[in-house]
Amino acid sequence: MELLARFAAGDIEAFETLFRQHQCDVFRWIIRIVRNTATAEDLTVEAFWRLYRAHARFDPVAGNFGAWLRRIATNVAIDHLRRSRIEVPLPDDLPALESMRPGEQSEMRDQIVRALDKLSPNLRSVILLALVEEQPYAEIAQSLGISENAVRVRVFRGVRILRKELSRMGAHP
Amino acid sequence: MNDREMDDVKKLLKDTLKPAHDAELRRDLWPAMLQRLDERPIRVPWWDWALLACAIALFCLFPGTIPALLYHL
Repeated sequence: MELLARFAAGDIEAFETLFRQHQCDVFRWIIRIVRNTATAEDLTVEAFWRLYRAHARFDPVAGNFGAWLRRIATNVAIDHLRRSRIEVPLPDDLPALESMRPGEQSEMRDQIVRALDKLSPNLRSVILLALVEEQPYAEIAQSLGISENAVRVRVFRGVRILRKELSRMGAHP
Repeated sequence: MNDREMDDVKKLLKDTLKPAHDAELRRDLWPAMLQRLDERPIRVPWWDWALLACAIALFCLFPGTIPALLYHL
């Protein structure tokens, strides 16, 4: 029996195989949105937990496992942003590039973090994926279950809000 | 907003936030997954319990409904 069919039937060994095959990809996708290693690890487990619970809904013949898993991972990450947007504003887990002086870098980083915090989780995730991580719009669209045009609109809206917030703080991009 | 303004914001974001595409998983998460699977046995939703309680109460109050129900099953 094929791996995906066994997974859909609830076979835990098939699930383990799929977990080991995909855990790194899921982790890398989630960390692009939540930007914290420990949180991304926890959310990777959460994403696979949701996947396992929904195994019976997966169609092993017509279903696209990778896309489905990516969608679940994105939802898990955005749910996390919704829950924690006030208390966890992008920690220093992922340091900035060395192109600025430390003082400048710290101040600008703080302003960017505060401006990003003004965005809704949906806009924030799209801005991070599209502008910081430079993921293709098609991939972002698939992971969110929206069209590429909707991604463009969200990027536009997000950038407009960021510019407004940064201007309000006296940082002119 | 024009393309240049968009590029300015993009450059600012990239200068201050390092892309995470080179982040690597530090450990195998399968043990944590197993723990998670063990922690949460399948739970019966509370409304299922409420429905069951209502059915039992109905059967106690009106025993005549039992054969009627069995007839329709």
